[in-house]
Order: sequence, then structure tokens, then C-alpha cells
Amino acid sequence: MTILRKEGREKARGAAFYVDDIAFSNLLHGTTVRSSIARGCISGISYLPGVPWDEFTIVTSKDIPGKNCIAHILHDQPCLADGLINHPEEPVVLLAHPDRHVLEKARRLVQIETKELPAVFTIEDSLARKQVIWGADNLFKSLLIEKGNVDSVWAGADRIIEGEYSTGAQEQLYLEPNGMVAKADNLSGVTVWGSMQCPFYVHHALVTALGLQADKVRVIQTETGGGFGGKEDYPSVIATHAALLSLKAGKPVKMIYDRAEDLAATTKRHPSRTRHKTAVSKSGKLLGMEVDFAIDGGAYATISSVVLSRGAIHAAGPYLCPNVRIRGHAVATNSPPNGAFRGFGAPQSIFALERHMDTIAAELGIPPEELRRRNFLHQGDQTATGQVLREKPDMEGLLEKALNAAGYHEKRKAFAEANANPETRVKKGIGFSAFMHGAGFTGSGEKMLASVAAVQATAAGRIEVLASSTEIGQGANTVFAQIVSHALGIPSDWVDVVRPDTSIVPNSGPTVASRTTMIVGKLVENAALGLREVLRQSGRLGLSHTPSDFQQALSTYVREVGPLRSDSTYKQPSHIEWDDMNYRGDAYGTFAWAVYVAEVSVDTVTYETKVDHFVAAQEVGKVIHPMLAAGQIEGGVTQGIGFAIYEEVVNRSGRMANNRLTNYIIPTSMDTPRIQVIFAENPYAHGPQGAKGIGELPLDGAAPAILNAVSFATGAPIHQIPMTPEHLLRALHGAKPEGQQL
Amino acid sequence: MRGDPGNFEVLTPTSLPEALRLMSEAALDQDSPLLKPLAGGTDLMVLMEMGALQCERFLSLHAIDELRSFRPEEDSVAIGAAMTFSRIRTEAILREEFPLLCEAAGQVGALAIQNRGTLGGNIANASPAADSAPALLAYDAELEIVSQSGTRRIPYSAFHTGYKEMQLRPDELIRSILLPRKWKGCHQSFRKVGARAAQAISKVSFAGVLRISDGLIQEARIAMGSVAPTPLRCVHTERALQGKKLDFSAIGRAKEALFKEISPVDDIRSNREYRLRVSLNLIEDFLLSARK
Repeated sequence: MTILRKEGREKARGAAFYVDDIAFSNLLHGTTVRSSIARGCISGISYLPGVPWDEFTIVTSKDIPGKNCIAHILHDQPCLADGLINHPEEPVVLLAHPDRHVLEKARRLVQIETKELPAVFTIEDSLARKQVIWGADNLFKSLLIEKGNVDSVWAGADRIIEGEYSTGAQEQLYLEPNGMVAKADNLSGVTVWGSMQCPFYVHHALVTALGLQADKVRVIQTETGGGFGGKEDYPSVIATHAALLSLKAGKPVKMIYDRAEDLAATTKRHPSRTRHKTAVSKSGKLLGMEVDFAIDGGAYATISSVVLSRGAIHAAGPYLCPNVRIRGHAVATNSPPNGAFRGFGAPQSIFALERHMDTIAAELGIPPEELRRRNFLHQGDQTATGQVLREKPDMEGLLEKALNAAGYHEKRKAFAEANANPETRVKKGIGFSAFMHGAGFTGSGEKMLASVAAVQATAAGRIEVLASSTEIGQGANTVFAQIVSHALGIPSDWVDVVRPDTSIVPNSGPTVASRTTMIVGKLVENAALGLREVLRQSGRLGLSHTPSDFQQALSTYVREVGPLRSDSTYKQPSHIEWDDMNYRGDAYGTFAWAVYVAEVSVDTVTYETKVDHFVAAQEVGKVIHPMLAAGQIEGGVTQGIGFAIYEEVVNRSGRMANNRLTNYIIPTSMDTPRIQVIFAENPYAHGPQGAKGIGELPLDGAAPAILNAVSFATGAPIHQIPMTPEHLLRALHGAKPEGQQL
Repeated sequence: MRGDPGNFEVLTPTSLPEALRLMSEAALDQDSPLLKPLAGGTDLMVLMEMGALQCERFLSLHAIDELRSFRPEEDSVAIGAAMTFSRIRTEAILREEFPLLCEAAGQVGALAIQNRGTLGGNIANASPAADSAPALLAYDAELEIVSQSGTRRIPYSAFHTGYKEMQLRPDELIRSILLPRKWKGCHQSFRKVGARAAQAISKVSFAGVLRISDGLIQEARIAMGSVAPTPLRCVHTERALQGKKLDFSAIGRAKEALFKEISPVDDIRSNREYRLRVSLNLIEDFLLSARK
């Protein structure tokens, strides 16, 4: 059911409270002085005249009371560079001052003297160890997934088809840039407010860098203007910086990145390179798949190992293949660390596979939809990790729905005829992609997190939801209220979601991995049912009740017995088994399944691609809020359009050269087509009301559908994205000497 | 915002003579920084946000009505330099007789920018990517430039002298842009190639005007943006077409001339290879469409 967004009114009225709205009378502004070289040693720091330096709070690595690191999976990333520089935006010095304009002037007067060392900027150079810049071998993580014996199939295969594909970095481009306010002192500890997805990640990083007891650190999420993964790990950096400044200054410190700094310094989607070698029979059956998947993690490990896992596990797609070998590598380069971005590795490997499937279809002379149909996974089949599908995916049904809605067959025929006419300057194409996305943390991630969510009663007879899952624009508050409303038979207006504050809410894990509705929502549902059970056991609530009976029972209970709170802890469903060492077993509790169709025009005068129409058909268990769910799909497809044909991070010696909204090009509403969203439902037993994760799914399928359409329209061999007009010109005409262009 | 608003001074004269007096005083006073005219601010404010705005004193043109006037006369129209793109886009005479300028105005940034941005500002910002420049060059625009010492007229094609360099003294203002009313009935076309459909800076832009009668090209105007240090009127290409029958050999010669005439570069928005190829495609497409 579509209900109003919980926080929608405040956002629409401009009353929502964001981190930059925080005001203290003695507030200082903080800023970061960064390296300018990609790799080297710091030989000195000078503070040039021009500002009254005695008015400034200055923090370097020497001022860090705890461990000099931003704690994530590894502790390799320094909080502030201590001698060594590993990327061009490496933080070296922090400054704070009451006047932000004087602060900006001062930032430009700090001179960091360095001795430069040779650096590495590409996946291939890193793999070849042109320089060893991280650990012993530049590898954050390597993994191997094996099913059957792929070496046994090459000799007997009718065809072996190879291809190499690559994808670029991509900025999340949340509307609200990253920002934090910290208030710290040696007695009471530190409180941090800010824009974030994962309050307990920030908490962990602060405890580590400041060397404080856990109960001396409090993290409060302010209204957050989008995240898309970009506020998964990076907020730990700003929070720690702001806290260090505040600790030294003895005053609250605000650090808000402007767009230029946010674009240059914060995490991006990992660039990737995928090699496919596929054995097929004449009839189009997949016999063996060998995949080599590599991603560029940037200078530090952050969460690259997990991005690699998800990307590699999705590399074989929704297809049944008896023999699969997938190798994955996450490598180090001297660029700012890459991090989470909606899809988390899967959009990269799925782009490669779905372009490759179209290539295979063309080589075999089989229609691309027929090739897919002959290889889709079914109930009881085993995925590449050997996960037996207990649910019943219906990829054939989704394929048919999507192709019919798009008028695929008629258009494919009509476009082919029109394109054949040499007078046609604008070529039209239609293409599709078929894919799946695992919901929740990969492998044993959820089991290790052991998340907790709670609900509690108020004296006024209302229900409060307690979780660390953040509302970041996706609608978490609204959906949690709906889940409670449905479980307890009360209006969703009677449910409040408490603002995440690590001193109040339980740790329900990070707001990532399409897990908030499915995993945490289920905990919220269970907690609500637990609370109802207490009321029933106490004799205050019958087996059937009206909303007002419930409210009555609730307030009576609180008045007569005392506080009423119900917690629920994640218990892994018994069917899930995962072997972390060998990448075997149930990689995810479940998958969402989808087929996307894109229709494009390619102008052969300017090589511009326009997406004219888009159909997104998916099975996501059960849809809880149709408008928010459709919004998720439309937004994800739009980001996928950007990933496919517009968004290019220009990396010059490790630094983003186009860190402005005028030259980092995302699609506007004028570049975005009508997106037709189709939901098929197949309730999942372990999701609230049967819901599965949805957030990341739409980013996986847009790019390959679009580029398959561009390839159909132009015949261009397309192996990389973003396919900007400049790249499409190259793909179509090769690199000709200038004189031959006439 | 990296620029410090406290560093900036803005003067707001209410008449043109007052504005010219202030400009002249600032230009004569060796100790005072020059006055930078500020119209819509759509270029300057971006630099200010970046902390890259070099000047400190501004002369706002907002309160000077005369600069916003539109005066059609018998042989020409005069567009006040501070007329916004939104007004240009919707002015009936311009739409009828100078459609390329209206199309260009409608492709500047987005509506909010068109509401603020002015034609004079677009010219004086002197970017080779200025959206209005190819249309102005193709229509033989002239600029009327004023200072306390008088008024002068200069062909727009002679105004830009190098990258971000122009024929405008520190005490001068552009008063109006004059367009001769002689293009009605000509075959004409404008194309802006940006990185997306709105909010884009051109990677290549093109304006072409052909007067064809008796099967011959009587007059040709070809102008391009973002392919040279300044907006470029492509006189050699025009010459290759002038007086010719519009056949495939004329098209080939025009492309050859254009190839030699433009000098596109690699930059953050695009590259030489693309700009060159698209320029040749655009002229070919324009000339082919004129044959139909």
C-alpha cells in the first residue's frame, strides 16, 4: 500500500534537519589539507604567512590519541598521512577556525613538501606489479569460485567464445555532500552528528582512532540527503577528522565537504575489467564458463574485498552452467580508495556477462532471448557457488513480460529495416539484459552481524521502532512503519521510527546490501509480533483486536506494568550454509530476478546515444510500498543510464580531473526516458510480508540492456562503459589518421 | 563556497551614463582594481563558488533599463546587451527572422540560467563555447560598444582576438547587438552538441546559413563554437561554397576547407578526434539537408 512518507512533509517544507543546519555558538569550521602527489614521502609541512596561524587549531598524525587508522575490515588506511602518501587526495593536516573564509585561505597556505615515488594507476599495471604499492603483491583480495571442471569442456565444445569488458568509476552523487559535526572533550567523550548510512561503522572508527571506550562515543544520524553506498564507509573519515579537531580545540567542529571536494576525495564505484571464455554447444547450451574479474580498489582496502565477492558471485548470472571457474582480484592503485556504490560489484560483472551473452548469441546465430531461455536457472538448479535454488524463479515469465511490454520483437524487426537504409542518420536499437541480485550480506555476513532491532511502547499508546538502519531517501522509515502496522493491525500513523543514535538504538547493522527491508524489516516484524505476544500473555489483548483495542492494551500495560520493549535478533534460516574459504554454498538467502529492456537512438552525426524508452520487469518477493518501490527502480535505472553512457571519471595521475557538476555528467530529466516498471510477486518466506531486497537490483541491468541496444543499432563492438560519444566514435571507426576522415 | 563574499564590492548604477562614468574612473585610477561588469552572473558566480574569481569589484548592470531594450528597425534589430536568453527565445521577430539565435538561447544551460544569463554577458565572457556565438557570427552581427568617450561599432567577427581576448577596453560596455534583417527565407540550421540534453557546455556547436537561388549558393555563412581558441566564422568554408552548385563535390570541398580551418583540442569535455569528426559530419549533414 502506498502511504505518505514519514519524513516527507518536513523535507517538502524545508524543515528537515540536516548536518549543516547544526549551530553551536562556539562552532569552528574544519577543513582538510591534502597531498597533491599520488605516491611519495612527506619531507616537511610549512605554514606560509598570510593568515593569523595562532587562531587556528591544527591537527596532524601526531595528535591522534588512538590508532592512526580508519577502521574498516583492515586497518591499513591512515586517518592522517604519517610520512607516506598513497593517493593524491590523502589527508595530511586538519585545520579549524571560526571563520570558514579565513579557513579556506589558510588551507591554500599549507605547503606539504614531498619526495615523489613512482605510482600505479591501472588494474593491469597493478596486477603486473609494475610497482608494489600495497602489501606484498598489490592484492587486497583474490578469490576462486569453482563448480564442476571447466578444463574438461574446452576440447569437446562446438564453440569457444572469448571477450574482455571493462567498466569505469562512478560517483554516487547524493544531493547532500558528506558532512559531520563533532563535539568532543576528554571527560565526556565524543558525540558526532552527520550524514551517514551506517552509524555503528562510524562508531567503530571513532573508538579505534580516538582510543576511547565504546560508551564514550555517540553517533547520531542527521537527515541524510542520499547515500547510494557513498555514505557507507567514507563518513568514518570525516567523523574522525572532525572529532580530532574538536578534541584539540575543545569546541564543536563542523566539516562539510563542498561538491568539488566530495567528488575528488570520496569513494567511487570500482572500475573493473572482466575476461570471459565460454564453451557452448551449437544449440546454445552453456557448457563451461571461465571468468577473470578484477576491480580497482584504489589506495586502501576499505571494503573492496566484499565488493569483489559480490561482483564475482554475480559474474555467472541467472544461468545454469555445469562447469564454472571465476577468479577475482581486488587490486591497489594510487587513486583515492573506491568503495560501495549501489550494486556493489554486481553491475560491473553483470555488464560484462550480459554483453558477452549477446556476443555469443550473435556468433551462434541464435536470437539473444532464445540463448537466455535455453540456459536460465530453475528451481533445484545449482548456481556457480553450488547454491541449490529452493525458490522458484521465473526468468522465462519475466523475459516474456518485459519483451512484450517493450514491443521488442516488432521493434527489432522495424529498426533493423530502417537502419539498413543509408539515408537513416539516427539509428534505433532495442536490447535487453537478464540478471539477478542477491539480497542481504554475502555469505555468512548476516550471521556474523547478528543484527538486532526492537520496538517499544509509549505511554500514549504509540509504537516506536528502534534500529540503526538509516532513512537515506529510500523510505526505510515509511516501510518499517508499514511493517509494524501490518503485523499489529494498527494504522502506520501510530508508529514512529526513532532517529538512529548509537546510545539509544540497537545495532541492526549497516544500511547497505538491499538488506534494510528484507533483513531488518523482518526483525522489526518479529519484534512487533513479540510485543503483541506479551500483551496477549498479560491478558490485555485478545486473539483478534481492533486498532483501538490494541492501543488501549498498550497504554494500560505501560501504566500498570511498566516499559514494554521487544527485541529481535537475526537468526540465519537453517537452510543457509556458506563456506567462506571455498566460496561454496548459499551466497545469499534469496535473489531478486529481473529482465530489463532499453530502446535507444544513436545519432550517427554526433555519436550521441539517447535512451528513448525503458522497461524494467522484476520479481522482488512482495512489494510493500508500490510507489517507493517503483521509485527505487526508476532511480536505479537512471543511475544505470549514467553508468552506461554519461558518467566518466577522468583520472589524471590518480586524481579526478572533472570534479565538478559541469563536467562530471549525470543524466538530467531531459536525458531520462519513461521507465515502465513491472513487478511480479513471489513471496519470500524469510522477508517481512514476503519482501526481498530491492535497492541495488535496478543498477545491475540498465547498462547492459542499453549497450546491447546500441550494439544492435550500430553494429559497433562494445566492450566498455561509459560509452560516451567520444568512445562510440572510436568503437565505430577505430583510430583513423586525421586525413582519412574526409 | 570557496570564494569569500566579504572580499567583493558591487556597484549598482541606475543609468548608463553613471555606469560609464564609474567604468572610466576605475580604468583611470591606477590604484583601484578594474570594475568587472556583472549581468546575469551565470559565469561569474560559478567561479566565485570555486574560489577562482580573480576580480574584486563589480558593476551590476541590473538597474540599467536601457541595456535590456529590444529595438527593431527597418534594416536591423538591436538587442540590448543585458537582454536575457529567455526573452530572446520568445521574442516574435527574432523567432521569425533569426531562428538560430532563438534555438541557441533555448539551449543555454537550463531555464533558470536562461532567465538570468544575458546575450552581452555570453559575448563578454569570451568563451569559445559560448552558445550564442555561432548564430551571431552567421547572421553578421555587429556590436555597439560605448564608453564615456563615445560609441563605436565593430563586426562581431572581429571582436574576439584570441582565447578569452577581445576588443573591449576596461572603460567600455557592450550596449547592444545589431543583427541585419536580411536572412529571412535562407536555409539555416543550428546544432549544439553538448554532453547531455540540458545543463551542458558545448563540445562542438554549429550555425549555417545558405541563400540559394537559381540552383547556386549566393551567400553562405558557416560558424562554429568550441573548435578554435575563439568562436569561429569559417570564411574559407564559406568561400568554398559561395557561387557554387550544391553538389557532392561542393560538399567535399567545404569539408576539406573546414578541416583546415578549425583547430579543435583535447580538453576535459571532449577531444580533438571527436570534435574534428563531428564538425565534418555537421557540415555534411547541413549541406545534405539543404539539397532536399
